[in-house]
Amino acid sequence: MYRLGIDVGGTNTDAVVMQGRTVLAGVKASTTEDVTSGVLEAMEAAISKAGVDRAKITNVMIGTTHFTNAVIERKHINPVAAIRLGLPATACLPPMVDWPNDLREAAGGHGYLVRGGYEFDGREIAPLDLDEIDRIADDLAAKRIEAAAITSVFGPINAEMEKAARERLLRKRPDISVVLSSDIGRIGLLERESAAIMNASLLALSDRTVEAFAKALQSAGLDCPFFITQNDGTLMGAETVKKFPVLTFASGPTNSMRGAAFLTGVRDGIVVDIGGTTTDIGSLQHGFPRQAATVVDIGGVRTNFRMPDVFSIGLGGGSLVRRKSDGQVAVGPQSVGYRITKEALVFGGDTLTATDIAVASGSAQVGSADAVRSLDPALLQAAQAEIAAMLERAVERTRLSPEPVPVIAVGGGSILMPDQLGDLKVIRPENFAVANAVGAAIAQISGEVDRIFSLENGLTRDICLKQAEDEAREKAIRSGADAATIETIEREDVPLAYLPGNATRIHVKVVGEMGGYDA
Amino acid sequence: MMLDRTSNRWRLDEGMIEALEIGSGILGTGGGGNPYVGKLRARQALREGYTMEIMPLTDLPDDAKVVSLGGIGAPLVSHERIKEGREGLRCVRALEERLGIKVDAIACEEIGGQNSMEPLITAAMAGLPVVDCDGMGRAFPEMQMTTYSIYGHRSTPSVMCDPHGNVVIFDHAISEVWHERMARACVVAQGGASTLASAPMSGEFVKQFAIPDSYTKAISLGNAVLGARKANRDPVEAVCANEGGKVVFRGKITDLKRQLAGGFVRGEAIIQGFEAYEGDEAAVHIQNEFLIFSRNGTVEVIVPDLIVILDADSGAAITTEMLRYGQRVAVLAIPCHPLLRSPEALEVVGPKGFGFKDVVFKPMSTEQEA
Repeated sequence: MYRLGIDVGGTNTDAVVMQGRTVLAGVKASTTEDVTSGVLEAMEAAISKAGVDRAKITNVMIGTTHFTNAVIERKHINPVAAIRLGLPATACLPPMVDWPNDLREAAGGHGYLVRGGYEFDGREIAPLDLDEIDRIADDLAAKRIEAAAITSVFGPINAEMEKAARERLLRKRPDISVVLSSDIGRIGLLERESAAIMNASLLALSDRTVEAFAKALQSAGLDCPFFITQNDGTLMGAETVKKFPVLTFASGPTNSMRGAAFLTGVRDGIVVDIGGTTTDIGSLQHGFPRQAATVVDIGGVRTNFRMPDVFSIGLGGGSLVRRKSDGQVAVGPQSVGYRITKEALVFGGDTLTATDIAVASGSAQVGSADAVRSLDPALLQAAQAEIAAMLERAVERTRLSPEPVPVIAVGGGSILMPDQLGDLKVIRPENFAVANAVGAAIAQISGEVDRIFSLENGLTRDICLKQAEDEAREKAIRSGADAATIETIEREDVPLAYLPGNATRIHVKVVGEMGGYDA
Repeated sequence: MMLDRTSNRWRLDEGMIEALEIGSGILGTGGGGNPYVGKLRARQALREGYTMEIMPLTDLPDDAKVVSLGGIGAPLVSHERIKEGREGLRCVRALEERLGIKVDAIACEEIGGQNSMEPLITAAMAGLPVVDCDGMGRAFPEMQMTTYSIYGHRSTPSVMCDPHGNVVIFDHAISEVWHERMARACVVAQGGASTLASAPMSGEFVKQFAIPDSYTKAISLGNAVLGARKANRDPVEAVCANEGGKVVFRGKITDLKRQLAGGFVRGEAIIQGFEAYEGDEAAVHIQNEFLIFSRNGTVEVIVPDLIVILDADSGAAITTEMLRYGQRVAVLAIPCHPLLRSPEALEVVGPKGFGFKDVVFKPMSTEQEA
C-alpha cells in the first residue's frame, strides 16, 4: 500500500511516493500552463523511480497554489453577484470597496445591497427583502452572471437569512452557484464578504481543475480517491474543494512546513523554505504551523482566514548578486527565476546568482564549478555574508523563545543555507527539495465544529465541549480518518456577552490519520 | 458669527487619510478601535466629491459653536454591522433643531483609533470644517475622559443616532459620568455601535481646553512612519522623533494575560528584553489601552502619558487584541499634553481613574537612554 503526494507550485510540480513513514521516491518537474500535464509527468516519474505497482497506491493527496495564483494573477476569475443583507446598515461601504481596481473588474463589480441582516444579539436589522432578491435574480439573468456570494451582517452568529436568500435566488435561477459567507469566515464583514466573493469567482475554475486532476489520475491508471490539502494542513475531499477553493489559499507554505516537521521529527522549530525567487519562513508549534493573528492579504484584498504565520524575503537560488554603487554587495530581490538553468554562470549563462555563490564557496555541486572559479574572492565573501545575514535576520524575527530551536532548511534553494545561523543549528532533511509534496502526502483528515451552544437546562460547558468534540470526531471519521488516531488540536469556548441564554461559541477541531495509513 | 474665509484652512486628500489611519492607530495606545473601516468611509466620501477641511484651532472665533462627536459602542460590532453612513450628520442636525442654532465647526472627541475619522466624514457631509484638535490626544475608554468634560463642559443635551434612523436626545445628565452610563445602555439597544454628538462648546472654550493640532500631528506621525519604511529607516525611531517620545524597551512578549471584566479587556503583557535591554523584564498593564509600564518591577510610565507598542521591525501599531506570545516589540513612551496632567485631569484619567489605587502619577522621564 502506497500513497502519492503531489505539490503543484508556481514554478515546480513535485511528487513523492510514500510507504508508511518512508519516502520511496521524490521528483521535481516543471509546472505547466494546463497544470495537469505537469502533474502527470511528476507522478509518472515518481512512480517509476519508486518502482512500485500503481494498483497498490491507495490515496493521492494534492497540494496546489493554483487558486491563489489565479487571484494574484487575475486569471480565470468569473463575474460574481455580491449580495449583502444588511440595509439600512452598511450602506456607506459597498461590496469590494477595498479591492484593487483590476481584481474588482475581473469579478465584475456587481454589488447588491438588500434589506436584512442581524444585530449582534440576533435581532433582525430588517426583515429580508425577498422582492429585492427576485429583482436581483432577474438582473443576473440579464447580465448572464452564473455565481453569487451572499453575506449577511452577523451571518456567522445566525446563517438563516443567508440560507433564505439563497433559496429564493435559486427559485428563479436554479442553475447558478451560490456561496454563503457563513460557510467561509468569521466576524468582520468586509473580510468575510471578500472571501466569499473570491470563492464564488473561482468556482468555475475549481470545477475544471478538480475534474482535470480526476481525469489525469484516471488516465494514469489510478482509480483511488484523491484529496486536496487546505490551509491548515489537513485534507478536503475533491467535492469539497469544488465548493470551497479559497480554503486551499495557504496550503503551499503549510505543506512545506508540515513536510519539514515530518522529515525531521522536529515538532518545535523554524522552517526555512528557499525557492528560486523567495524564501518563506515560518514557525512550527507542536508539529503544526503557527497561525497568523492578523488579517491576511491575498492579491491585495484583506481576508480573515486562519493562515500560517509565514513571511517571505526576496532571496532564492536565482537571486541576482550585484555590487552596488557604494561598494556593498546586494543579493535579490530580483531573480532570474525559472530561467536559472540557462542564465546562471554555473549553467553557462552570464548572470551572477546566489546559486553561483553557493557553488563557488563549495557548499553546493550543481552545474559547472569551473564557470565560477575566477570570481573575485572579496565579492564571494561579501555575498556569502549577506546571504547568511538575510537568513539570520529572517529566522530571528520568527523565533519564539531564547531556546535554541532547530532551523530546518527545505526547498530547492536550500543550498544557500549555512550549517549554523547565529546560535541555531541547521538541519537538512533527506528529500529536503520535495518537503512540500511530503507534507501533502502525510496530510491528515480533520473534523470541525464551530457553533453557538446555549448553556441552559442543565447543559454545562463541559457537556457542550464533549458534545462538540464527539460531533467533530464523527465528521472526521466520515471523511476517512482512522478513529484510533484522532486527537483534538483546537478547543476554545468564547462566552458571547449580551446574547440571551448564556450563549457560548464553541470551536473544536480534531485531526486523524487517513485510514489505512500504516497498512 | 462669521468664519474667516481667507483663513489657513487646509483640505485632506486620500494620502493624508492613509497617513491618519497609521498615526491615529499609534495614538490609540493599544485601544480606540481599528481605524480601517473609518478610513474606507472617509476615502469613499472624498471619492464621492465631498471636501474635508481642517481649520487651525487659532482661527476659531470665540463665539463659534463647536460640536464634538464620535462613535460609541463595541469596536467588534462596528467591523461587522458597518454604519449606514449619515449617523453623524443626523446627530448634528438634530442638535441644531433641538437648540435652535447653527453649528459652525466639528471637533474630534478622540484622535486615537477609529474615532479620528468620524468627525471628518460628518463635517464633510454637513459642509463644515473640522477644528484641528481633540479631547484626549490619544484614546481613552469613556466619554467623560475628554479635556472638554474635565475642564467643565457639560455634554448634554447630546444626540445619539443609529443606522436605522433612530434619534435619541439626552436632554440632561446630572454629571458627565451619568451621561456616559446612560449612553452605554442606549447604545446596546441601538445595536452596539452608534454615533454621539455632544452639546456645542464655544470657540473660546475649545481654544483654551482642547488638545491642539491633533490632525496635523496624527497625519505627520503617519507620514513619518511611511517615509521611514520607504527609505528603509527605522520606523520606531521616526515615531519617537516625531512625537518627542522615546523607546523605553525592546523585547519579545513571553507571557500574556487577558480577560474580559465589566465589558473591558484587562490584562498584562510580560516582555523579555533583547539588544540593549537584554536581561531586563518589562510589564505593561492593559485596560482597553496600555496604561502602566514597569521595568524589573519599577513603574516608569503611567497613564495619561502615552504607552505605545509597535512591531519592532515594521513599526506597525499593535493593539491589545493583536498582542501575542513571541511578538518582537518596541515599547515607546510619549509625554501626554499638559492639559491631561493637571490635578483635576489626573482625577479622571490618571491611574486612580482606572482603579490603580497604589500608583501615583509622575510625569515620564524625558531623558534619552543610552
